[in-house]
Amino acid sequence: MSYTPHTDLERQQMLSAIGVTTIEDLFEAVPSSHRFPKLDLPKPMSEMEVAAELSALADANEHAGDFALFRGAGAYHHFIPSAIGHLVLRGEFLTAYTPYQPEVSQGTLQAIYEYQSMMCTLTGMDAANASHYDGATSLAEAVTVSLEVGRQKRKKIILSPAINPQYRAVVRTYHQGSNIKIMGDSGRADIADLIEMLDENTAMVAVSYPNFFGQIDDFAQLAEKVHQAGALLVMVVNPTALGLLKSPGELGADIVVGEGQPLGIPLGFGGPYLGFFAVRNEYVRKIAGRIIGETVDKEGRRAYVMTLRPREQDIRREKATSNICTNQGLMSLTACIYMALMGKYGMRKVAELCYHKAHYAAKQIDDLKGYVVDMGKPFFHEFVVKCPMSVASINDKLIEKGIVGGYDLGLDYPHLKDHMLICVTEMNSKDEIDALVEGLKEAVA
Amino acid sequence: MAELKTPSELKYTKNDEWLKIEGDTATIGISDFAQDALNDIVYVEFPDVGASLKQGAAFGVVESVKAASDIFMPVAGTVTEVNSSLEDSPETINTDPYGKGWLIKIKLDNAAEADSLMDSAAYIEFCASR
Repeated sequence: MSYTPHTDLERQQMLSAIGVTTIEDLFEAVPSSHRFPKLDLPKPMSEMEVAAELSALADANEHAGDFALFRGAGAYHHFIPSAIGHLVLRGEFLTAYTPYQPEVSQGTLQAIYEYQSMMCTLTGMDAANASHYDGATSLAEAVTVSLEVGRQKRKKIILSPAINPQYRAVVRTYHQGSNIKIMGDSGRADIADLIEMLDENTAMVAVSYPNFFGQIDDFAQLAEKVHQAGALLVMVVNPTALGLLKSPGELGADIVVGEGQPLGIPLGFGGPYLGFFAVRNEYVRKIAGRIIGETVDKEGRRAYVMTLRPREQDIRREKATSNICTNQGLMSLTACIYMALMGKYGMRKVAELCYHKAHYAAKQIDDLKGYVVDMGKPFFHEFVVKCPMSVASINDKLIEKGIVGGYDLGLDYPHLKDHMLICVTEMNSKDEIDALVEGLKEAVA
Repeated sequence: MAELKTPSELKYTKNDEWLKIEGDTATIGISDFAQDALNDIVYVEFPDVGASLKQGAAFGVVESVKAASDIFMPVAGTVTEVNSSLEDSPETINTDPYGKGWLIKIKLDNAAEADSLMDSAAYIEFCASR
């Protein structure tokens, strides 16, 4: 698009139309002493000098690649094939906004379509949208859909306490204006306790799979009971784990949401990340965001278009339940390329590596004097370790050895004071794991 | 308007719903005029069976390639049945708005409310005046 500046004549016409003579008149409300404050800026620098200064600033950050990293708790350190960076940065894709016009965006639309299809395969759902901001937002949007499916009459939202605490906080922020009751997560409720809370006022039950503690809960009765009560079952999932685990669709989930960061997106100091959102067909009309579909043009050639968007965002706006239109285009593209590169076998292989390395680490740590690993439930690539001293003091010692220790669960769960959540992925070599075990041992010595 | 049907045994509203009363029950749909104005209908949203709705209350949505419109109760009543066959083939409303394209059946609260609705002659005149 070419940029056409206004001419002096046009500016004068606009000013006289609103009854002022100069542009400065528009800023009368700002005291003149504040209008052009003297800025204390350093001397101009050459590009070379600026680059050096920015590098020095960047070097002040600690970089995940420089450490043996054993912290997950929502953001996961996985290998990112170099092809991803190359493809994602191509000019055809790299834009600040998702261009949905089919006549100019077939490549972008196809990438979203493929991403959606892969997310459906991974989750066992019928439809996935073009994505949300992050996993937490996706869960909040699942609440919106559940309330709508319950026709705004069912007001109770049951959240498992084993869902990422940040996600639960976002749900509460997001829905603070809704007249609903969010419950279930204040104590130590397990799946059976959540089932007990079901009633005719319940719109949804959300659980995490694996849960925040890395564990895989027994969902045998869950879907049946939730559906008997007329509520929806929402699962917050880790996409890496789904390479190995039974799909949420098979477990009876109605909506599957989660954080797509493990799918080729760097830790990146916490973002930008990717919220995925997938549903059963019967609820697809209630979701926010966009769905891209495949069709044929008038000459019968394959083509991609926006197939579904909530009508309430364009017309009937007073009935809108969500105003989320934007997706994380570049991040969903990243996840799409990652899954395409890995393939079904690669996704399974990554999951297996994570699982086996985590179980090796758990065994070694459990054998240490003073440390107890919670082996009560099956776990994927994170596990809970009861420590003989505060998690913070252990982590202080580990970091001196170049090891980032586990997450301090006491920060979110008072009953888990001195409990560390350790994450092991394919990135952690056996040497690193052994160094962690040694570090934990020395920390209490 | 001439080619659009307006069966004389039905009652009509200014929002283009039709009402067919049989004893203490009634069937509700949208008129031929409405389906023609909406163009190809792609989705219908129904109320819950058992929902009790006042006269004039929005009970659902009809969405076409051109618009999405609330549909309103011509008279008060309790929903006894919804035409779920429309979920898979909403275009039936376009082809047969007074027959297979019916939307819901209700149990009437007060049949006398129907007296305030238009008969076919009044509705034809109403449509012609728009």
